[in-house]
This record gives sequence, structure tokens and C-alpha cells, in this order.
Amino acid sequence: MSTRDDMLTRIAAALEGADRIPPPQREYGATTPLPDIAATFVERVEDYRAVVERVAPDGIPAAVAAALSLATRVVIPPGLPREWVATLESVDGVEVVADQGDLSSDELDRFDSVVTAAAVGIAVTGTIVLDHGPDQGRRALSLVPDVHVCVVHESQLVGDVPESIAPLRDAVDAGRPLTWISGPSATSDIELERVEGVHGPRTLHVLLVGTDHPLPPA
Amino acid sequence: MSGTFIGMPKFQTAAKEALGNSQQRRNLQHATGTIRRKRAGVVDELDNWDELRQAGAAIKDNVLSHLDTYLVQLEESLTQAGATVHWAADAEEANRIVTSLVRATGAEEVVKVKSMATQEIGLNEALEVAGINAWETDLAELIVQLGHDKPSHILVPAIHRNRAEIREIFLREMGQVGTPPPTGLTSNPRELAEAARVHLREKFLRAKVAISGANFAIAETGTLVVVESEGNGRMCLTLPETLISVVGIEKVLPTLEDLEVFMQLLPRSSTGERMNPYTSTWTGITPGDGPQDVHVVLLDNGRTDALADQVGRQALRCIRCSACLNVCPVYQRVGGHAYGSVYPGPIGAILNPQLRGTTSDVDQSLPYASSLCGACGDVCPVNIEIPELLVHLRTRVVDEHRGGIPSGEQIAMKGAAWMFSDHRRWEKAQKGAELSGRALGKKDTIGRLPGPLSAWSDARDAPTPPAESFRSWWKREKGDPR
Ligand code: SF4
Repeated sequence: MSTRDDMLTRIAAALEGADRIPPPQREYGATTPLPDIAATFVERVEDYRAVVERVAPDGIPAAVAAALSLATRVVIPPGLPREWVATLESVDGVEVVADQGDLSSDELDRFDSVVTAAAVGIAVTGTIVLDHGPDQGRRALSLVPDVHVCVVHESQLVGDVPESIAPLRDAVDAGRPLTWISGPSATSDIELERVEGVHGPRTLHVLLVGTDHPLPPA
Repeated sequence: MSGTFIGMPKFQTAAKEALGNSQQRRNLQHATGTIRRKRAGVVDELDNWDELRQAGAAIKDNVLSHLDTYLVQLEESLTQAGATVHWAADAEEANRIVTSLVRATGAEEVVKVKSMATQEIGLNEALEVAGINAWETDLAELIVQLGHDKPSHILVPAIHRNRAEIREIFLREMGQVGTPPPTGLTSNPRELAEAARVHLREKFLRAKVAISGANFAIAETGTLVVVESEGNGRMCLTLPETLISVVGIEKVLPTLEDLEVFMQLLPRSSTGERMNPYTSTWTGITPGDGPQDVHVVLLDNGRTDALADQVGRQALRCIRCSACLNVCPVYQRVGGHAYGSVYPGPIGAILNPQLRGTTSDVDQSLPYASSLCGACGDVCPVNIEIPELLVHLRTRVVDEHRGGIPSGEQIAMKGAAWMFSDHRRWEKAQKGAELSGRALGKKDTIGRLPGPLSAWSDARDAPTPPAESFRSWWKREKGDPR
């Protein structure tokens, strides 16, 4: 008998006579009403010591350039709206490269920053979910560079975790990975003292785009 | 390589040693206290916490009672998504499968994401024998590995080490296996973390093979989920060409939607955060993104034995959050090593004897590594009735030794000796439990305290012992423990 069959037989034997418990009656995907979903999102992302700014749609290029004022080599996903990095690209000494899928890990390691879009923002937990569509790119892009600027639209915000699954379902069904990001990478492994920035980007800079919120004067 | 737990002395012997180590005890008290407070804070934020726990328990019970069906479905989904599925009956078979998969790639090293399942089977040691270096990439696991040490906590395995010790380990060991730490390294946690970042980056960028576990495996879609903080998981899951994941068969969830329950329960219970920094999901192979050679090893290693025990099977609901460790007065005093397993604390006390059987000294004594104060069951996010299981397993140990001297009783008496012989020690431990949010005033708490023997007799339907304080019980019994 193969190990597979043997294991399945053992399971069946272990469950002989056991109550077969049905799935729970649960209302999946319930909404969590929040008085000001964007404000909650901003507050919760800031709790993780990430930088969050609220910008108007036409303020994205300036905000991206300001967030990356120290950057020199920036990688972007192939489907990122190019105008988002237009201001940044006009700065002397800044190189912006759109990933064509052929950069090795070592080559990616020579970029200091990455700009991506996002799929979903979860307000209560301050989480950004990437479903790695064309404007977010393959996983390595938003992992290896040390600074991640992530553009989230207010229309992508949901209240809490239960609402976040439905908008991610298509990507999973299409076989794409997901990355849930809540603040910069962090460790508390040394005497429980939190240190931000281990292997993932040490700086997470979130731009929350909404129509009511013009970029504050610089 | 980190040490194994083979040939561990029984819990009480190891506990006695650990109690003498005051540095470890201070570290532990500080750490468990901090996480306990954080957890309480974020759990209080959700007014439907109890409903979530019930949902978590119900989903797991549904999975466990249809485990054969869900595993076959998971296998199908994974295969369809381009992954190769392997089945491993025990540690030895799992190690053999993983070793031959690594060999087939020609790689001489692998990077590892912290995984309880691979620790449970002693994979690093098996790879070492095969001449393959396994690099742990979680900071705490790295500290444990470089220190030739054993993990002592599920979530923070190096909880027993302080910053000065970690600095020493880094200075002594890092350079021998890769990029050395900068000269002038201090014991500032930020500098220590930076040294680990630089040391490991070299390994991430060149690694061809990664090995992980999984927190959840979704039957419907074939999606695996890894929950982490540092980004070492993302590195391992993304950059190498080959990814091998060792997954306990109890990790299955039916649907993607079930994540809404567990992605609320796990981070809040585990690190005491609303959400952990990073969660990665992958579904077999994604062309152009991440490893293009993906393997999943479904591991039994005693789980079907636990499943066969009607009372014991609920231990398989466990999502390894470690909340029960942090509230346990016994764990807080003796630390993780005394449990002789990668699963310490209350969960270890109910899981190890079921996974490994109750033939060894340590596994026979583990069900007694508890005062039955009940704090563990109260915090468990999947409602495992840990005290009830402990009593159940005590009965099992005693039943298995019927005939000669009931060694379970002996164990119980010895177990009581270290913990209870000094009433201040005991009261302090109780205070720990009280601080954890358990109201000591609850009627049945004290009632359940009078020592291991009464729990043993309760479980055997003997008349309930007369109401008596623990200490008077002890005083009466102490002169004549047999
Ligand atoms: S038994 Fe419960 S509290 Fe303990 S680690 Fe498992 S899930 Fe967490």
C-alpha cells in the first residue's frame, strides 16, 4: 500500500463512528461599518510606524517624487501608470526601470526603491494586500528594494478582514500569489524590543489617494 | 545545527534544573508578560472575539472530522496548480522525501522559513547528515542555530537569550558560516538585527532551494499561507527556484473565505498585533513569479493517532499561536526546554504525548506539567479545552501502567514536589495566572487546584475529594508521598 493510501486509511479508521461535524453556519464577508474608513486606515497604518500621506489623484506624481527624494535607482512593475513616476524621472540622477521579468535577484538588490499599486486596503488592521496584478508586479519587486512606496486608492479600502477576501478571490483563482503587508518588516526577537526593518523593505510609504484630500502644501 | 530533544529527561527533572536558572526566568517573565498584555489589548478591541473563537473551533472540527475528504481535495487542487504532492507517514519518511528533493536540484544548501513541522521531524539534522546545510532565516531561529541551542518558545524561540548573549553568539559564530558581523557590534537590538540582515541577505540572494511549513493549506484552491514578521519568509518563498513545504495534515482549511476567521484569530493571539507584518499566499506555480518547482509534503507523524482519540483530537485544532504558553504559570517558571519538545507549554503537554505516544519518561510526565489553573483554555483562539485534555491524558498514562505500581501517581507526586513544595513559589505562579486575566475568584479555579492526584481521581469518577486548600492537602500528604 502506498503511504498516501495508508494515511487515508488510517484517517478513515480514526474517524470511524465519529460525529461528522458540518461547516459552521457563518455569514462570511460581513461588513464592518466605520464612521470614517480612510481615517481608520491611516491611523492603523501609522501605528506600525509606516509613513502615510493622503493625496488627490493629480497629486500622485509629486508625492511619489517627494517620498523618494533620496532614491537613485527605482524599479516599477510593468503595468504601473507611468505618469505616477513622471516627476521622479525628471530629477537628475534618478533612474526608473520598468520590470520586464528578467531582472535577477542580484540585479533587483541594486535598486534602492520600488513603487507599486495595491489591490485592497484593510482599515481596521492597517493592512495593504497586493494581488500582484500588472500594476503591482511579481513578488520579488516589492521585496528586495529597501523602500516601498505603495499607492492605495480610497475605493480599494474595506472595513475589516472579512470584507477583504471577496476582492482577492479572482487573483487567487487565477493562481496569483498574495502579499499582505502591515507596516514595514519588523522583529521582536531580541528581548521583545521591536525593531523595524529586517529583510523586507525597511521603509513603507503609503499614499492614500482620494478626491477630497488634496496634497498638503509641501 | 540546533540540538534535538532526543533522550530528554522527564519534565520534572528538567524543570528543576531550569528553576535554578534565574537569568532565563527573568527573560521569560519579561517576555511572556509583554506579549500577554499586548494580546489582551488587541483582543479587547474586537467585540465578537468569542464568536470568532467558536467559528475557528467549528471550522477546524469540520476539517478534522472530514480530514480524508479535504486532504484528497487539497491534493487535487495543488496538483492542478502545478505543485507536486508527497505523503509522509512519519518523520523519517518526510526527511527522506525532502532530502532527495534537495539532492535532485544539486543544491548543497537550503534557506528555511521558521516551521514547527520541520523542527518536529528534525529536518535540519537529517539534511546535515546528507551534507546539506540548512540555514534558519528567522532571527530567533538564527540565534538558536548559531548558538547550537534549542528553541524554547513557539513564537520567540530565543526568548531565553538576552541581548548580550546574542551579541556574543553573533561575534563568535556568524563569520564561520557566512558574512561576519561588523566589528564593533554592540548589543543594541537594532544593530543585532542589522547584522542578521546583512548575514542572511547573501544567503537569500544565492539560495536555489527553500524549505517552509505552512500555517494554513486551503483545500478548495490549493493555496498555502505563511504568516510572519521579518520578511525572511517572503524571501524564501519568492527568490529560490525550488520550494518545498512540509505541512501537517491538520493544517487544512476548506475555503479561502475561512481565512477571514483565522487571519483575525492568529495575529491577535500570537504576537498581540492587529495583523502581523507579512502574510504570503501561493497557489502552486505562478509563471514568471517565484519558484517554478513547488513541492508539498503532507505529514502525519502521529497526527492520525491523535485523531483517533475522541477527546484528544481537539488538540489538532491548534494554530500554534503560543498564547497558552504566555499565560501558563508553569511555563513561565520553567521555560520551554523542560518540555523536551519543539512544542512546549500547555499545547506541548497535550500534543507531544499524543503525537509521540506515552512510552518515554518525558511524554509520561508531560500531562502533569500543569496546575490545571485553566488560563490556557481561556486564551486559546480555537477553544481547545486544554485542562480537560490534560486530565484525559493523565488517565491514559495511568491506565497504560496498570498492573505494577501506578507510576502515574508517582509522577504526579514528583511533579508536585518541585512546584508546590515552596508555597511562595506556588502563590507567585498563581499571581501570574491572575494577571493574565483569569479571575482567581472564580469558584471552580481553586476547587480544581488540589494537586495532580485529585484531578486523577476526578477523571476516574472517584468521589470528589473533600474541599480542602491545596496547601493543607500538601501538608497532610507531604510526609508520605507514596
Ligand atoms: S493550544 Fe490554543 S492557545 Fe495554545 S498554541 Fe495552540 S491555538 Fe494557541
